[in-house]
Amino acid sequence: MTTADKSTMADRIHEKLTAAFQPETLEVEDESWRHEGHSGARPGGETHFKVEIMCEAFAGKNRVARQREVYRALKDEMEGSIHALELSTRAPGE
Amino acid sequence: MSDNPTNDRIQQEVDSSDVVLFMKGSPIFPQCGFSSTVVQVLTHVGVKFKGVDVLQDPQIREGIKQFSEWPTIPQLYVKGEFVGGCDIVREMFESGELATMFTDKGIDTEAAA
Repeated sequence: MTTADKSTMADRIHEKLTAAFQPETLEVEDESWRHEGHSGARPGGETHFKVEIMCEAFAGKNRVARQREVYRALKDEMEGSIHALELSTRAPGE
Repeated sequence: MSDNPTNDRIQQEVDSSDVVLFMKGSPIFPQCGFSSTVVQVLTHVGVKFKGVDVLQDPQIREGIKQFSEWPTIPQLYVKGEFVGGCDIVREMFESGELATMFTDKGIDTEAAA
């Protein structure tokens, strides 16, 4: 992705989380298609995402603290078009 | 009482029952898959809980996000403490931590065999 207007929301989530956490592993999936026609879905999709992230920064933190950090890193996106973000947050070794 | 009436109302809801779920729709008719998942988990674990339908109240719907520092709904509170949203409740259920937490806090569960 070279220009902002070509990048998808999934790319943006990937970039922001990479910058914020330098994760060991990070998977971002757009699952909007699974929610077509449900509440929160909208034409064009990009509403429902699944993120699996493992990073050193989560070590010693509970689930609520980890997810709050992810939500904070994606504040603009959460206030924008993201309707749902399914999160799996792990530290190395978990 | 704070100078934020919405926060006061949310706090009253949180304090009104041992287990309070802020959700979309009612426990009988959840209006969102994630709310529905948490209802199913709580029902399976066998705890009594109070559902607060945020769709009925735009102020609570927005206010709860700041109150909990958590941008999504559903949100589960147990004895006044924020437990988490759908992913956390599901993970805790699968690992057995959820039932343990209720037991530790002295909340009755009827294990659905």
